[in-house]
Amino acid sequence: MTSNIAQASDSRTSSEPRMIQMLTPDGERISSGEYDAFAAELDDEDLRGFYKDMVLVRRVDAEGNALQRQGQLGLWAPLLGQEAAQIGMGRALRPQDFVFPTYREHGVAWCRGVAPETLLGLFRGQNHGGWDPQEHNFHTYTIVIGSQTLHATGYAMGVGLDGEVGTGDPARDTATVACFGDGATSQGDVSEALTFAGAFNAPVLFFCQNNQWAISEPTSVQTRVPLFMRGQGFGVPGVRVDGNDIIAMYAVARASLDSVRAGHGPMLIEAFTYRMGAHTTADDPTKYRDAATTEAWAAKDPITRLRAHLESLGTPEEFFVEVDAEADALAARIRENCISMAEPDPAEIFAYAYREPHSLVEEERAEYLDYLASFEDSTEGAR
Amino acid sequence: MPTLALSKAITAGLRKAMEDDDKVVLIGEDIGKLGGVFRVTEGLQKDFGQRRVIDAPLAESGIVGTSIGMAIRGYRPVIEIQFDAFIYPAYDQIVTQLAKLHNRTRGHESLPVVIRVPYGGGIGSPEHHSESPEAVFAHHAGLRIISPSTPHDAYWMIQEAIDSPDPVMFFEPKRRYWLRGEVDTDNRGPGPHTAQVVTEGTDVTLVAYGPLMPTAADVVAAAADEGTSVELIDLRSLNPIDFDTIEASVKKTGRLVVTHEAPVFLGLGAEIAARITERSFYHLEAPVLRVGGFHTPYPGSKLEHHYLPDLDRILDGVDRVLAY
Repeated sequence: MTSNIAQASDSRTSSEPRMIQMLTPDGERISSGEYDAFAAELDDEDLRGFYKDMVLVRRVDAEGNALQRQGQLGLWAPLLGQEAAQIGMGRALRPQDFVFPTYREHGVAWCRGVAPETLLGLFRGQNHGGWDPQEHNFHTYTIVIGSQTLHATGYAMGVGLDGEVGTGDPARDTATVACFGDGATSQGDVSEALTFAGAFNAPVLFFCQNNQWAISEPTSVQTRVPLFMRGQGFGVPGVRVDGNDIIAMYAVARASLDSVRAGHGPMLIEAFTYRMGAHTTADDPTKYRDAATTEAWAAKDPITRLRAHLESLGTPEEFFVEVDAEADALAARIRENCISMAEPDPAEIFAYAYREPHSLVEEERAEYLDYLASFEDSTEGAR
Repeated sequence: MPTLALSKAITAGLRKAMEDDDKVVLIGEDIGKLGGVFRVTEGLQKDFGQRRVIDAPLAESGIVGTSIGMAIRGYRPVIEIQFDAFIYPAYDQIVTQLAKLHNRTRGHESLPVVIRVPYGGGIGSPEHHSESPEAVFAHHAGLRIISPSTPHDAYWMIQEAIDSPDPVMFFEPKRRYWLRGEVDTDNRGPGPHTAQVVTEGTDVTLVAYGPLMPTAADVVAAAADEGTSVELIDLRSLNPIDFDTIEASVKKTGRLVVTHEAPVFLGLGAEIAARITERSFYHLEAPVLRVGGFHTPYPGSKLEHHYLPDLDRILDGVDRVLAY
């Protein structure tokens, strides 16, 4: 009797949940109910812009992989396959919105104006990031899984204290976006972020890119229920969207951001996508997943499907050729700028440990720089 | 010049900081209507409202993590951790995020977050209510750690902590919350990161801080009765440590005892001993001795008087350092 009750309430046995989709893998434009209104504002120019964004960030990603293989980067975290999820979200943002990324948000970073070279510098080990979060309204990459969801929630609480929510002024109302992945949903910090967001009605959008893999662990290791449902118990409603469909992604992001900015409370988007590449360049997916699944997802590629749609709209071939040429030029530029990065100054280690002078750091800095200088003296003496 | 209990001096300092800057917000468990379990925030929610004195969900990592986010938005959050050992769920947010974001952003971002931590034993509490985890946090670059021992310092140092653009952990000697003293609200002390020579002496230097300062003052008096002149230093700042003041004293006395409630093993006393030995080797007449907690879990309250350094144990340390 008990086991029957458990079975009846086991959501894993229920049918597949609704997923918002507006562009089929073949590139056919379809209706998706209440979200259609938010996609209606997109014209052909916008769609071509999305296409270009996705091709360019995919090229940045490919270059990141190549530079790592050539020893120019210590590591790279590929975004291959997640371009639509990230560009769709990134292009739905307003300038005043603020994003708290993971370490794989190269597409969102692109939309927020962070130069790809800056990301390469991080993975090269020049520093740990170093862009000005306030300049881009895009926070630092966060490597510890899930931590940034609390920062996003706190930031949104601050937005609420500032009264920059629910005013009806599109230039003022501000949404905060907490990026995270399927693996992060198991972290206590994510549950605490949902708790605080719900309790304080914080204007934060939880943006979960479910790419099906947390390094080698499939999503089934993390959760018994679909991840868009994770927020329900915290009072954070969720929606699942086809993360490889940039039109649906944009529309759902637009709708959710609008609701959050209007003060209707936190929301959660599960972008259902797939990590086509390795977790990072240090990973080997052939050890834990079969090629057939990856190939099946390749048939749902976000760029291929948007291209098919654009072609059906009569987009001339020259457009695609031009985008490819622009990608070539971008790749050459970032490659050159990466390889030519100067060795960082050892004093960098000590420069930003504290904002105000700290006696111990100053002492250690002086001692170490003197130590280094002692070698310069001896070299000169030998000459 | 008002006479205040140490806890109420902190309250007064918080009130002053909130009056001076409307970006100062308080967040913690039970800090609103109740005023905190030690009543340090008593009356502040009534006067500044629920938006600036925030009762938080019972989640320490969430409290610190959301405070980081509020600081990024331009606020100056002051966190109350209810008891010392309840801080560990927030350890990750403190050491991997709060302490490092200034560095991660190459100086673009400052995190003016204060974490108030009532710490130390001697109040007869159950487990997890009497620990001294200051060295655990002092080990991490990016944090500043200070601990007042008098109401005057408590009043000023909490304001200095809030003014700091760096994250500050403010360790409050909870068994001395009821210690009363004069607070000069017109003249601040020597700055939060300076140690203070409280009593001058010639034979032995004794370094203490926070809850052990009154005990150490008793040691000075008792030693004087035995004809020993002890120079007492209140460390005040635990990161950075004002080694210059200790060094100057040790070069005069030739002997040093460091005492704290925290375990001796890898405690602040170990670092002080190493640094002072490096700086004052030829002036030392004896090895630096430490008197503190044991490498054991904090005992039940019926045994804590054995664990905590008291007058006799510190005096014993003074006698031993003199016997070399």
